Amino acid sequence: MAIEVRIPTILRTHTDGQKVVEGNGGTLAELIEDLETRHNGIRERLVEGGELRRFVNVYLNDEDVRFLDGISTKLSDGDSVTILPAVAGGATETAVGQRKGMR
Amino acid sequence: MRYDSPIAAVGNTPLVLLPRLSPSEDVRIWAKLEDRNPTGSIKDRPALHMIEQAEKDGRLTPGRTILEPTSGNTGISLAMAAKLKGYRMVCVMPENTSEERRQLLAMWGAEIISSPAAGGSNTAVRVAKELAAEHPDWVMLYQYGNPDNAGAHYSGTGPEIYADLPSITHFVAGLGTTGTLMGAGRYLREKVPDIQIVAAEPRYDDLVYGLRNLDEGFVPELYDETVLTTRYSVGSEDAVTRTRELLAQEGIFAGVSTGAALHAAIGVGRKAMKAGETADIVFIVADGGWKYLSTGIYTAPSTEAAVEALQGQLWA
Repeated sequence: MAIEVRIPTILRTHTDGQKVVEGNGGTLAELIEDLETRHNGIRERLVEGGELRRFVNVYLNDEDVRFLDGISTKLSDGDSVTILPAVAGGATETAVGQRKGMR
Repeated sequence: MRYDSPIAAVGNTPLVLLPRLSPSEDVRIWAKLEDRNPTGSIKDRPALHMIEQAEKDGRLTPGRTILEPTSGNTGISLAMAAKLKGYRMVCVMPENTSEERRQLLAMWGAEIISSPAAGGSNTAVRVAKELAAEHPDWVMLYQYGNPDNAGAHYSGTGPEIYADLPSITHFVAGLGTTGTLMGAGRYLREKVPDIQIVAAEPRYDDLVYGLRNLDEGFVPELYDETVLTTRYSVGSEDAVTRTRELLAQEGIFAGVSTGAALHAAIGVGRKAMKAGETADIVFIVADGGWKYLSTGIYTAPSTEAAVEALQGQLWA
C-alpha cells in the first residue's frame, strides 16, 4: 500500500494530467523526493529552501501539515495527502446563496 | 424553558451525544445544536450581541439603519433582530443569490442592495464599505472584523458547552468569519488549558476555485491562528457524506457545512482512538438543512449521486 497524493489542476502539467498519483516516503519531504523521480519539476513547485512554499497548502488526511510538523510530518502507508494552492479561509458565510449562479 | 421575549431565547442550545457516530465508548462525539436558535442558525448569537453592544456604546441609536454585507445566515439573524428592535436593515448581497434567501431576508423587512456576482462576497464587502462611506449615519456591524462577533461565543457558546461538558477535550467548528472558533475557543482554553481547538474549512473542487479566484487572500480581521490547534480542509464529498450520515444514523437534519465539521470531529476522534486516549469532542451544528434542500443532497438515492448534485456549488 502506498500514499495517495491528490494533485491540483495547476500542478497537473507535472503528472500528465493525473488528478491522483501514488508515492512513498516516511515523511512529507521524502514523499516529495519520491514524486520528483517520476514527476519532474514538482518539487520546485512545492519546496523552497527546505520548507513548503508559502502559497502551497498540504493536507495529511485533511489536516493542514503546518499544524503538524510541516515538511517533516510523518506519513504511513494508506495515508492520503492533498496538495492545494493556498486560498485563505473566510468569506464563506456569504457564499451559500450564490450556489445557483455557480452552476 | 421560559423567556421574556423571542429574542431572549437566543442561545442555551442542547448538547447531544451521538452514540452511533462516536468512534468508541471512550471517544465520544457531541453535537451542539445551534439550529435551535430563533432563526435557525448559530448566527443569531453574534447578530444579537453585535447589535446590543453597539446599542450599549451608543453607535446604534433608535431609528438608525444597519448595513451588512451578507447573503447568508448573519443577514437573516440581523434582519429578525432589526425588525423586533425597530431598525432599518440593508443587506448587500451578490446579485446571483438564490430566491429563497431573498425571501427570507425580505420577510423580516430587510432591504437588499445587489452587488455584482463577480468577486462574490469580497465584492459585497467592498460595496458595503462604499455605502457606509456615502451614508455616515448608517451602522455597519461588519461581522468579519467585529470583536463582538467572537464575543458572543466567548460569553455564550463557550460557557454553555463548558457547563454541560467540563470533560471536553476537543472543540470543532467551521471556519467562516472565524468568530465561533475565536470566541468559544478562547473561553474553553481558559477553562481547559490543553483543549484542542479544531477548524473545519470548506474545500471546493477546482471549478469553484476558478470562480472564487477573487476571494483569494481574504482573511477575516477576527482570525488569530494561535487560537487554533489544527485546521482540517474538508472536500465536498466528505462534507456531503457526513451530512447524510448525521441524518441517517442520528436523525439530525443539518446543513452541509455541519457535515464538514463532523468530518473533522471524526478525524480527531480517530487520532485519539489510535493514541489510546479518551476524548469528549464537541462540534457545532451551525444550521439545519432547510436552506440546502434545493441541492437535492438529502434525498439523492446514493452518496455518489448527492456528491454529483453538489458538484461545482458552494456549500459553506
